[in-house]
Amino acid sequence: MTMRTLVASAAIAGLSLAAAGCVDSRSHAQAVYMLVDSSGTYAREAGKAELVVNYLLGTLRPGDSFAVARVENRSFSEKDIIAKAMFDTRPSQANAQKRAFRDKTGAFLKTVQGTAHTDITGGLIQGAEFLNETGAGKKTIIIFSDMQEDLDKVTVRDFPIRLDNIRVIAVNVTKLNADNIDPRRYLGRLEAWQKRVNAAGASEWKVINDIERLDGIFANS
Amino acid sequence: MMDLRMWMIWPDNAALSILVLSLIAMVVLYAARAPMHGLMRSASHALGGPLRLGARWLFGVAGEMKARNKAVLLAQGRRESGQRIEREFERLGLLVTRDLQGYPTLQRKLLEEITRVEEDYKKCGEVPPPPPDWVDAVAAVAKIKTGGGEVVQKILVDIRQSLESIHDKALAEYRRAYQMRHSILEGFMPYWRSLDKTMKQVDKNMSDMHDTAAAVDAQMATYKEIAARSDEAESTLTNSAFTQFAIAGLVMAVALGGAFVNFKLIALPMSEMVGASDYITASLRTSEVAALVIILVEASMGLFVMESLRITHLFPRIANLNDRMRRRMVWISLGLLLTLAGIESALALMRDMLIADKQALLQSLAAAPAPVSEGWLGRIPTAGQMLLGFILPFALAFVAVPLESFIHSGRTVGGALLVNLVSALAFALRIFGSIARQAGRVLVHAYDVLIVLPLLVEQLVHSVRSGGPAPEARPVDATEKTLRPY
Repeated sequence: MTMRTLVASAAIAGLSLAAAGCVDSRSHAQAVYMLVDSSGTYAREAGKAELVVNYLLGTLRPGDSFAVARVENRSFSEKDIIAKAMFDTRPSQANAQKRAFRDKTGAFLKTVQGTAHTDITGGLIQGAEFLNETGAGKKTIIIFSDMQEDLDKVTVRDFPIRLDNIRVIAVNVTKLNADNIDPRRYLGRLEAWQKRVNAAGASEWKVINDIERLDGIFANS
Repeated sequence: MMDLRMWMIWPDNAALSILVLSLIAMVVLYAARAPMHGLMRSASHALGGPLRLGARWLFGVAGEMKARNKAVLLAQGRRESGQRIEREFERLGLLVTRDLQGYPTLQRKLLEEITRVEEDYKKCGEVPPPPPDWVDAVAAVAKIKTGGGEVVQKILVDIRQSLESIHDKALAEYRRAYQMRHSILEGFMPYWRSLDKTMKQVDKNMSDMHDTAAAVDAQMATYKEIAARSDEAESTLTNSAFTQFAIAGLVMAVALGGAFVNFKLIALPMSEMVGASDYITASLRTSEVAALVIILVEASMGLFVMESLRITHLFPRIANLNDRMRRRMVWISLGLLLTLAGIESALALMRDMLIADKQALLQSLAAAPAPVSEGWLGRIPTAGQMLLGFILPFALAFVAVPLESFIHSGRTVGGALLVNLVSALAFALRIFGSIARQAGRVLVHAYDVLIVLPLLVEQLVHSVRSGGPAPEARPVDATEKTLRPY
């Protein structure tokens, strides 16, 4: 066997091994479900929500999935999804989809109307369903809310929920008047949500209040 | 402490206990001296023997490898030297054919010119006619004394006048003859120049042939040295291989830089073709692998072009193809290379468009004002990228040449390094083997130091019994020789 044949055989064997053994079948796509609180006075924060949506659109890559839904009286419904898209794997098509997505969410957020109640839990369940259906490798729920759940008398949400392998990030959790009087209310509220989310099997719980630090959303993803 | 006390014969008197215990130990050790010495020597030989054996085997392997490397190197050198001699002979043949083809004409021309020059020379050699015989008569008349006679004087004047007119005629004739010779000589000039030029040409041809013959001689000398398998030839070839390896490696590194730039140009736009979300490994996208494959295919096409042109000789089958097939192969490879270069150029344009689109999207998302158009200045990078995308595949095609040198010299360099490695390993094993053997001897002596008192007693007993001076302690080497395995 000559040296050249040996080198060629080694190269072919290496390439075959690389092709056969090293193919990564895991999904590298990301899926993000963003809940936008539209209840009461928080509806005034819609402008900031648009900033978050735009940031996410600029950060997500071709092949990723993104959905924006509102939190209202009862949020466990597909009707509450304002816009959703699974971006094309081709960058040019994905960019076009992102432009359409931005227009759609922008139109909604400019005309958002406040609702009487806030069903964050319903939104979380709906978001988990959406994310699991995408089959993405990394799943994230972003809650743009003050995290003050306010249900009507007939809505039932006091049961355990499942958020397995989903990161939950609360963004722009504003302080209510009552929180200003007694900050323990605010801290207790966040702690209660953290416990609930962790109990639901979420992989991470994070709070980002500074809109200028949105890069923390994907910091550990 | 309790454990130590257990060993004490007199727990209250540690010194005495230790002394007695030491004496008992000495006696026991003295009794076990011979088997212990044997054990130590056997252990050292058991350890040192295989190490030395391994070292010897490795030295043998290194020698075999060196011989094989030498054989391969000399065969390679002989082949290359033979090819060079062949090329020199081809060149010499061409030179001889070209020059000898013209030699009959040149010779005829030279002969004609020489004949003409000879004829002209002969013409030049013709002397003017000598003065007539009556010159002597005139001289005799001139001697006649006039004596003052008028008749005689008149006759002399007439003779003088006649002579002067004849002299003028003869002088004119003489001058005319010389003028003719000068004109003939003047006519020589072009022939002399032509002769000179022809002779210079002949001289140059001879000089070229001499140089080529000298080059052939030098190559033949090298070939003879290689054929004689001399160490000098091996050393020269090895040094040459190392130099070639370094140069080829350097050029390959530069080519790798070019390939990297090429990769960067087409990796992003390839995601438009194969998608941006497929991964081969955790961090390696399919689009990146596709871009890499395109670059490798381009390099392969370049390699085939070089092989078909017989610039490189990595594939003997291509080199052995007939000329028609080779020409076809050149055109096919070149066509594919051209197509790939065109695709790359298009991909480079697409890359620019994708980046611009992404920038526009990000600006619109950030609600920033759209950038001012840069006009034709903004198109320069795009054109540069397209040009680069088109040129780089052709530039990469030339990697085949250093690649061949790299592979060929790599065999020699790798072989030499491997021989050195094996030799170093053998040397290390040999050292460890020697250390193990010497350690056995040191242990034997150390053992005797521990039982020095019984050995002194033994010497005393021997001296008393023999009545002479006490012999040295029993030699330890006596048994060592019997135990030594080799």
